[in-house]
Amino acid sequence: MYSAIVFLPLIGFLIAGAIALFAHPTAPDGAAALSGHGHDAHGHGSHGHASHGHASHGHASHGHDDHGHGHGHAADDHGHGHDDHHPSAPGSRAAELVTSSLMVVAALLSWVAFVSVGLGTGEAVRVPLFAWIQSGTLSVDWAIRVDTLTAVMLVVVNSVSALVHIYSTGYMSHDPHRPRFFAYLSLFTFAMLMLVTSDNLLQMFFGWEGVGVASYLLIGFWFQKPSANAAAIKAFVVNRVGDFGFALGIFGVYVLFNSIEFTTIFANAQAMVGHKLHFLNGNVDALTVICLLLFMGAMGKSAQFLLHTWLPDAMEGPTPVSALIHAATMVTAGVFMVARLSPLFELAPTALAVVTFIGATTAFFAATVGLVQNDIKRVIAYSTCSQLGYMFAALGVGAYSAGVFHLFTHAFFKALLFLGAGSVIHAVSGEQDIRRMGGLKEHIPLTYSMMVIGTLALTGFGVPFSQVGFAGFNSKDAIIESAFMGHGVFATYAFMLLVIAALFTSFYSWRLIFMTFWGAPRAPKEVMDHVHESPRSMTVPLMILAFGAVFAGMLFTGLFNGYGHGWEAIKGHYDAFWKGALFTGPENRMIEETHNAPLLVKASPFIAMVIGFVTAYWFYVVDPSRPGAVAAQNPGLYKFLLNKWYFDELYDFLFVRPAKWLGRFLWKEGDGRVIDGLGPDGVSARVVDLTQQVVRLQTGYLYHYAFVMMIGIAALVTYMMLGGSH
Amino acid sequence: MALPALSPALPEILLAVGAMALLMFGAFAGEKSSRTVSFGAMGLIAVAFLMLLVAPKYGTTFSGAYVLDPFARLMKLLALAGSGFAILMSLDFARREKFDRFEYPVLILLATVGMMVMISANDLISLYLGLELQSLALYVIAAIDRDNVRSTEAGLKYFVLGALSSGMLLYGASLTYGFTGHTDFAGIAAALKAHGSSLGIVFGIVFVLAGLAFKISAVPFHMWTPDVYEGAPTPVTTFFAGAPKIAAAALMVRVVIDGYGPIAKDWQQIVVFISIASMVLGAFAAIGQRNIKRLMAYSSIGHMGYALVGLAAGTQQGVESVILYVAIYLAMTLGTFACILAMRRKDGPVEDIGELAGLSRTSPVLAFLLAMLMFSLAGIPVLAGFFAKLYVFMAAVKAGLLGLAIVGALASVVGAFYYLRVIKIMYFDEPKPAFEPMPLELKVVLGLSGLFVLGYVLIANPIGTAATTAAASLF
Repeated sequence: MYSAIVFLPLIGFLIAGAIALFAHPTAPDGAAALSGHGHDAHGHGSHGHASHGHASHGHASHGHDDHGHGHGHAADDHGHGHDDHHPSAPGSRAAELVTSSLMVVAALLSWVAFVSVGLGTGEAVRVPLFAWIQSGTLSVDWAIRVDTLTAVMLVVVNSVSALVHIYSTGYMSHDPHRPRFFAYLSLFTFAMLMLVTSDNLLQMFFGWEGVGVASYLLIGFWFQKPSANAAAIKAFVVNRVGDFGFALGIFGVYVLFNSIEFTTIFANAQAMVGHKLHFLNGNVDALTVICLLLFMGAMGKSAQFLLHTWLPDAMEGPTPVSALIHAATMVTAGVFMVARLSPLFELAPTALAVVTFIGATTAFFAATVGLVQNDIKRVIAYSTCSQLGYMFAALGVGAYSAGVFHLFTHAFFKALLFLGAGSVIHAVSGEQDIRRMGGLKEHIPLTYSMMVIGTLALTGFGVPFSQVGFAGFNSKDAIIESAFMGHGVFATYAFMLLVIAALFTSFYSWRLIFMTFWGAPRAPKEVMDHVHESPRSMTVPLMILAFGAVFAGMLFTGLFNGYGHGWEAIKGHYDAFWKGALFTGPENRMIEETHNAPLLVKASPFIAMVIGFVTAYWFYVVDPSRPGAVAAQNPGLYKFLLNKWYFDELYDFLFVRPAKWLGRFLWKEGDGRVIDGLGPDGVSARVVDLTQQVVRLQTGYLYHYAFVMMIGIAALVTYMMLGGSH
Repeated sequence: MALPALSPALPEILLAVGAMALLMFGAFAGEKSSRTVSFGAMGLIAVAFLMLLVAPKYGTTFSGAYVLDPFARLMKLLALAGSGFAILMSLDFARREKFDRFEYPVLILLATVGMMVMISANDLISLYLGLELQSLALYVIAAIDRDNVRSTEAGLKYFVLGALSSGMLLYGASLTYGFTGHTDFAGIAAALKAHGSSLGIVFGIVFVLAGLAFKISAVPFHMWTPDVYEGAPTPVTTFFAGAPKIAAAALMVRVVIDGYGPIAKDWQQIVVFISIASMVLGAFAAIGQRNIKRLMAYSSIGHMGYALVGLAAGTQQGVESVILYVAIYLAMTLGTFACILAMRRKDGPVEDIGELAGLSRTSPVLAFLLAMLMFSLAGIPVLAGFFAKLYVFMAAVKAGLLGLAIVGALASVVGAFYYLRVIKIMYFDEPKPAFEPMPLELKVVLGLSGLFVLGYVLIANPIGTAATTAAASLF
């Protein structure tokens, strides 16, 4: 069964990939797409492109009933709205059906696995597949390791992936490259499953890089769009920075443990406390440095502070991709990795402090930036970044289950928000700027209610001091309480930032709702006339996710975080579920301590949420002129936030430009002038010079020829007389 | 006085007598007989070839001035093949270009007789006789298109410079005779062995080698080559590029090994100098050429330089490598000139390499074979030309001439440029109008040459054995 869960997406990928390779669209779509792109690229900016999109391409005649306004994602997917004039690749339907149904099967099996592993009593399952590398003392197997942590991830990954596959059949229905899209989606899912089922660090790295590749391919799925390519490259490069640390960390683990198998590492971790490792010209604590290096990888993949810049840009990809990869699954890989390696991190308090610090900072930083963004997807992207910070903060203070639980619930409501955003974008002809929306709730009530549920879940709406509330209520509050009770040096810092971030989260989330759905329509009339609810294939996944966003928190909080009264009871239930998949040291009593947080602390996220809501309501419903006035009063702060703390500019200045300069220098001076100049170009130029000299000798005059012969003789004779062997 | 044994020289006698007979036939039958005379000449060459191939009468005759040994036999076979194919390849051209003179095949026959005498020469006298017989015929052949200014200019240049080189050769021969007292190679070698080298002998060697280097167009005695190659009608160039080079190379080998063998140190330096100069000049000067015949002239200069690398080694392996080199060179050259002869449009032949543009699309087979020949000439592995260079470089390295081999390898890198440029033009440039269909005989020659070049790996063993036997007979 476990093999099936992992390999069904791979089969889907292979089938859809084969279709994409061998079945080309019948029309020369490359040229069409390019022209379409040129057409729409500026339409996306400020002027109402949607109108001309419809004027010139009214395609009711195409008979897509539910997609009479398929130009909906024209801006989201730029030129591709136009491609529906061309028949898509034969077999598109088959590719969709095959990948989607395989994913549904895998998702159902995942839930079975979750029940049998998490709720059952069985030990962790290890399914060896085959031996991979045997080199000296290094031996690596391909094996599927399924414990409770993996089972949780399987559920998250496969459920969201299956829903996104189904959603995409509607959302992407006009794209001529659907087989390729679905192949990539399934490839991503396979790589993600490889990552979460890994039995050793190398296999995890394989999955890690696999999801990176799939992410790159999907961000750049609309390869005719320069901004998408730039975003894809940015995501890939920034992730390489993190992966560099991850790889070093793996090397360090091998040096220390002489193995990279999880079982061996975890069994021997305790014995390695206090070991020194020679690193960067100094002897440092081995576990600390290894954990920090591994965490560097997690920072890259999970878009944490300093390595976060790629995530907002990744929104260039199709919206289902944003939902699946850049919200629900791949970006949580870093969280998963730290949780998986909790036996190591738990023994490296310094590393945990860094994790807390980075996580809390990210949560705060991303929330502040989210306050002022105007692109609907970017707001949610910063929200994702911020929520990932929450998870790391929880891990950092030792509340691993709280972090993983937030990962679990976040997947549902963030996927819901993204797919809902996709549905909104779909409805308003590809518009992504919330300043040009408004008044949509009467037109697309289903999407509106889904978005509201997602927002309630994200902001953590619930009944204080109980477990009744939307998904985020349980999981986020658990994190904030953990931060307050945490013992690390940065725990208090984390607590304060997280509460402020919760306030901001509430503000920007409701701001998004109010600006998008409330008030008077700000979109052009043509767009408003065409606003329509999305097809069934898109709304059904939304409803399923909404179900999760409402109930996941209430249903599972006890399971994940333990329940009961007193340490023994809580610990007992906790261990019954996790069975050691998350390691906690003997002095780590986080799961019990959170229950003892002061009431004010327990209420703090709720209070922050209410303040955020009220402020947003005041700013965007009661007195819509207010935000502009506030921004005008604090122009510096506003600019600072709007420009994302100037990180892109800073990195551009610090890394990109020097790198480009160095590259240019090495290219123009080093390669061009020195190597080419002295090498190929120089040599060939000298050859040509010499050739010209030699050819000039050939004058055509007989006496010159005779003269050369005589000179030759004279030279030979002279040489033999003087320099010869005599 | 008894008649000397004629059997070793029987093929030459047959060719000489046959040439006279064909000349008479042509003179009486008139201009229209040229095709018949051509076939007659080819028949005579075929018979001579078979005589040598099937039943060679090894031995020495004419008071030791004339020798038929396995070396001479193999080189004569190559020379005969070169001459025969040259006549074959001229047939179509002669008909189209009003070039059908019956004297042409007769002159080739006479030149071939001269070559065979050169190859068999075992004495300075017979050496000079053979050389002059060949040269006189070649002078006329170069100018055979007598109404064409460039052809006559080529003939005249060749004649004047050839006379100069003959003078040098004679001067060297007389110096040699004066300082050793012998004209036969065995006697010269014995005298040198007894008395060692002297300045007069060295002078003699320089002049003799200069005369011979002129015939194989080695630098700095090469100046005639580009002009004659370009100016003469293409079939003539084809002939010039093949058989005479074989004969002159064979003669050079025999003179230095048999005659000047004991003072190898002296002539080795001269050969090394000529070899390096030829390789380098051949590589560099060809880059500047647009006319494919001129390009092939510099190519042949370079290739003779490579052949001399083997000779410079002075060992049996070196001689073996020279034999293999000229054999492979002959095959490549004939194939390449078959392609050049095929470069013809409705309004006549074209010679600029730019005219080959896009040949891969207009006639892919021709383009492929020419590309293979170019790769082979450049010395790209698995093709015949690679092994040719490999043999000579190996011989040079074994003989301690590492520097020479390195210079040769570098020159071949430079030289590769212009061969590859031809391929680039054929495969990557915008096509020009297609050429006229290729006549059958050119197809046959090109096919054989292509097969040889591509399949050399498979037949390297028997050819190598033959070369080993031939080389062994000189030592």
